[in-house]
Amino acid sequence: MLGFLTRTRGRRRADLTDWLAWAFLVLGVLLMLGPVVWIVLSSFKTEAALQEYPPTLLPLATQTVTVEGYADPLPLYRVTEGEHAGRTLAQVRRVGLVAQMIDPADPATRLDVNIAARAPVRQVDVATENYTALFSRFNFLLYFWNSTFITVVATILTVLFNSMAAFALSKYKFRGRTVVFLLIIATLMIPPTINLVPIFLVVSQLGLVNSPWGVIWPAIATPTGVFLLRQYMLTIPDDLLDAARMDHASEWRVYWRIVMPLSAPALAVLVIFSVMWRWNEFLWPLIVLNQAEEFTLQLALNSFQGELQTSWSNLLAMTVLTLLPITIVFAILQKYITQGIAQAGVK
Amino acid sequence: MTLGKLLGGAALALVFAGAASAQELRFACYQDGVECDVWAEQFKAFEAENPGVTVAIDVVPYQSILEGLPVQLAVGEGPDVGRVTDFGGLAQFMLDVRPYVADAAVIEERYGRSLAWARVGDNAPDGIYNIVDQLTATGGFANKTLFDQAGVAMPAPGASWEDWAAAATAVRDATGVDFAMALDRTGHRFAAPAISYGAAYFGADGEPILVDDGFRAFAEQFVAWNEDGTMAKDVWAGAGGGTYADAAAEFINGNLVFYYSGSWQIGRFGRDVGDAFDWVATGGVCGPAACTGMPGGAGIVGFKRTEHPEAVGKLLDFVARDEVQLAVLAQTKNIAANAKLQAEGVTYTDAPAPVTAALATFAASVPDFSPTAYALQGYRNNRAIFTATPARITQAIVGELTMDEALERLDADVAEAVAASQ
Amino acid sequence: MQPLARLGGWLYAAAFDLMERPMLAVQRLVGVQNVAWAFLLPNLLIFGLFTFIPIALNFMYATTGGDQLLLWERPGVGAENFASLLDCESYLDPNSCQRDLFWRAVHNTGWFVVLQVVFMVLFALITALILNKDLPLRGFFRGVFFYPVLLSPVVVALIWKWILQRNGVLNAGLESAGASPINWLIEANWAFFWVVFISIWAHMGFYVLILLAGLQAIPADVYEAAEMDGGSKWRVFSRITLPLLMPTMVVVLVLSLIRAVQAFDEIYVLTGGGPGSATTLLLQYIYDTGFAERPRLFGLAAAASILMAAVLFALTLLQLRATRGQAEGR
Repeated sequence: MLGFLTRTRGRRRADLTDWLAWAFLVLGVLLMLGPVVWIVLSSFKTEAALQEYPPTLLPLATQTVTVEGYADPLPLYRVTEGEHAGRTLAQVRRVGLVAQMIDPADPATRLDVNIAARAPVRQVDVATENYTALFSRFNFLLYFWNSTFITVVATILTVLFNSMAAFALSKYKFRGRTVVFLLIIATLMIPPTINLVPIFLVVSQLGLVNSPWGVIWPAIATPTGVFLLRQYMLTIPDDLLDAARMDHASEWRVYWRIVMPLSAPALAVLVIFSVMWRWNEFLWPLIVLNQAEEFTLQLALNSFQGELQTSWSNLLAMTVLTLLPITIVFAILQKYITQGIAQAGVK
Repeated sequence: MTLGKLLGGAALALVFAGAASAQELRFACYQDGVECDVWAEQFKAFEAENPGVTVAIDVVPYQSILEGLPVQLAVGEGPDVGRVTDFGGLAQFMLDVRPYVADAAVIEERYGRSLAWARVGDNAPDGIYNIVDQLTATGGFANKTLFDQAGVAMPAPGASWEDWAAAATAVRDATGVDFAMALDRTGHRFAAPAISYGAAYFGADGEPILVDDGFRAFAEQFVAWNEDGTMAKDVWAGAGGGTYADAAAEFINGNLVFYYSGSWQIGRFGRDVGDAFDWVATGGVCGPAACTGMPGGAGIVGFKRTEHPEAVGKLLDFVARDEVQLAVLAQTKNIAANAKLQAEGVTYTDAPAPVTAALATFAASVPDFSPTAYALQGYRNNRAIFTATPARITQAIVGELTMDEALERLDADVAEAVAASQ
Repeated sequence: MQPLARLGGWLYAAAFDLMERPMLAVQRLVGVQNVAWAFLLPNLLIFGLFTFIPIALNFMYATTGGDQLLLWERPGVGAENFASLLDCESYLDPNSCQRDLFWRAVHNTGWFVVLQVVFMVLFALITALILNKDLPLRGFFRGVFFYPVLLSPVVVALIWKWILQRNGVLNAGLESAGASPINWLIEANWAFFWVVFISIWAHMGFYVLILLAGLQAIPADVYEAAEMDGGSKWRVFSRITLPLLMPTMVVVLVLSLIRAVQAFDEIYVLTGGGPGSATTLLLQYIYDTGFAERPRLFGLAAAASILMAAVLFALTLLQLRATRGQAEGR
């Protein structure tokens, strides 16, 4: 049963196992990308179209027609039963259960149709207003810049500090090494959400509330990063380092010129994680940043969430906007990212 | 190096804070519709009247008002002014603007009932802390078109919850829609029928006694309605803890016959239902003891930590003015908290007929609300009641707890909350 | 791309020059082995400020009551918070506990961790084995499986909520196939299923890549030797591939276990812990108690988080001991 899984690479012979593998992959692609595609399609629907059941694949809206004598365009309906069955009529207004309709070719005659006996004539209508409404409300570029600043600065500091710590923990034997490592491992287990209140106390004592640094500093000493890098650096042979020391290289040079370049795959992984974490972060910025000019993109987009109302049309457009930048970056760097992770994992 | 950078960051933050205008008021504002935008427009007039004072509006997510703001205020951070809903919970941080307003008596006369909501704890019994700009009232909405199609007569004003349940079920069965009734998932909405069923919520000493015969009666009825499908089970059973959930989408979709929510939905229904069906506001729904809804609302408050209390006071004075409120309400399509405007009525800008009618129905129901409803809305720990109710009642609905266990736990939760906040 | 790379290289060199002298001075001062502390310093400083101090504060919160945020305004209650959390007639029946919701969360978390980790590792392994075959478009498939990992938890939850809602596309599909629609997030068992499914969906890609790397590190001649010996495919897999993959599997298990115990955001947005408390996990209980609900019982939340951390720490030590040979010995 599992036999096909063990086939090695480099043998091309389409047999049953290949077909099964293909079926699995196609299914996987549908399952992984389908939901995202569906969200993107849905985000272009009007609020009314979103409420429709069963949902349509493409964003549709009722077709309208401009009729002489009426200021606004009138919606078109196909009459499904009754004496006018089969005709396409424009609806003037609806009163209770009866729709007053006219034939666009003969606007003078008013026809009464039961509302259950008509179906709207529809066409594709892309509701870009879901997006323009978001953009018109706030300064997108400012929030994009804030998010980018926090993400980039925090990522650089994360990589720098974590790799320094990992270097110390993997390449030196000093008193207290195990204790420090265990302390870091212990915090790896403690989700930051738990410490929200005490961390806020510290941040406010440091005067970092309403400053991007209030988001950056608490985030950069990630235990995951230290753990990941340390495990990777353990695999770098000590001989290399000793050889450099023989040539009178300083410890800093050993770290910066030898260990860092050799750890590139693991560093790449950390960069990706850090970018992801900081870009997607919501709860912590929500508490630290409360002045509009410091908002991150996630906060600005969420300022649409009122107490009593949430509308899917805004929510979906917002969702697509937040996943867009990271998707573009991924699409461009896909090869490096997946290879980086793969190499860091193997060692 | 690290410390240097750290301090550098801190110093930078301080410099920025200090560089701000000497009389800049930061206003943390959340909105359900266009409230903050409308206020921004109005504040231009305020700034013209008070040269040197500027108001910077920060439109924030509601979650930030609910979860971030109390933490910030507790450590002495936060904005000068805010638009909030949890008056009791934030009361200890609020600024009494009585010394700064032009005519406190007029404000008292106009806003007396809602002013009481912030006069709790150590706050002055005659202090002016909050100007409510969005009074809300809970009440029902019915899909009239579905009633017409089913040929079922819509219960008249004054009809009971049972009447509506029977009628809505009949309509659902006749028309084939999914749901007969729904009620938003919060203890606030739940309180209205509970009080109508006789729940007192408070004992003679003013301390909360959550579960009494009236409360139990409606709780049992509500759970039974969820079990037999009269109530849309999705709304309450679809979430856990005290999470809020509504059924507005189902109503807009024409899939729900009777929806118990509140006046804030009116604008949205006007916009999103459009021509699809006819809907009406039903006014208060009755139980054996009363026909009350629950009042509620959002309002603008100043905070003690501000460095410009006088400017904040003037701002609240401005906000309270009749003509300012009138202009804002006309655009935000909310019910007036201002007694004079309530009596005179508000003309809403660009409102379709059903919206105007519904707003009138809701506004008319407000004066008849039970004193218990007002007491509960003004009670300091009411949020504990509002979140514990759905958490425990839902457990009874999905069968994790029996009714007795759920009510017992509910009582214990609230007792603990009251003890903790003393 | 080229100028950017050059700029990066220049900055990299400049940073080196900037720090070399001070670090050399430190090295001369304290000796080569102790220079490690200089490397550790920045990280430890930040750790101290934003992790260790808060954790210490957390311990203090755990012994106080009331709803005040500031520690010095809170009355001490000793071990009362711990006692009330542990007050149970039977730990297997949450209804018999004073804090029934805490114990429901403990039970839910236990099930969630076991199911999520087992199925995720299984599916990740199958996917990695298939992607290890020499198929066209391998890079594309690898990217596709990894893509959901990049999405924020809120986005993941919203995507699936939109699909699973009563009037969502999944029910529409069911109905068009003649089946009756299901209230996916209203029925406790289905809700739990989807919570597990979605967290596998969102995180599997990462582990697939790690496993794939492990597979590719197995030299091809090992397989060839095995096939020469005429071993069946299953035999090759169970005798060669799996044992050689074991060290990688351990990494995957450790990381996924930690993630599973800390699961929170996606589920919070997706089900809010419901229906009832069917998908309330520990972290959500802590967040609800200490933050989302009024009044905020920081003390109780802190006590619960300390209990959780203690269990986690014990688990980690066990794991480290069990995997020391494999993780460090290589």
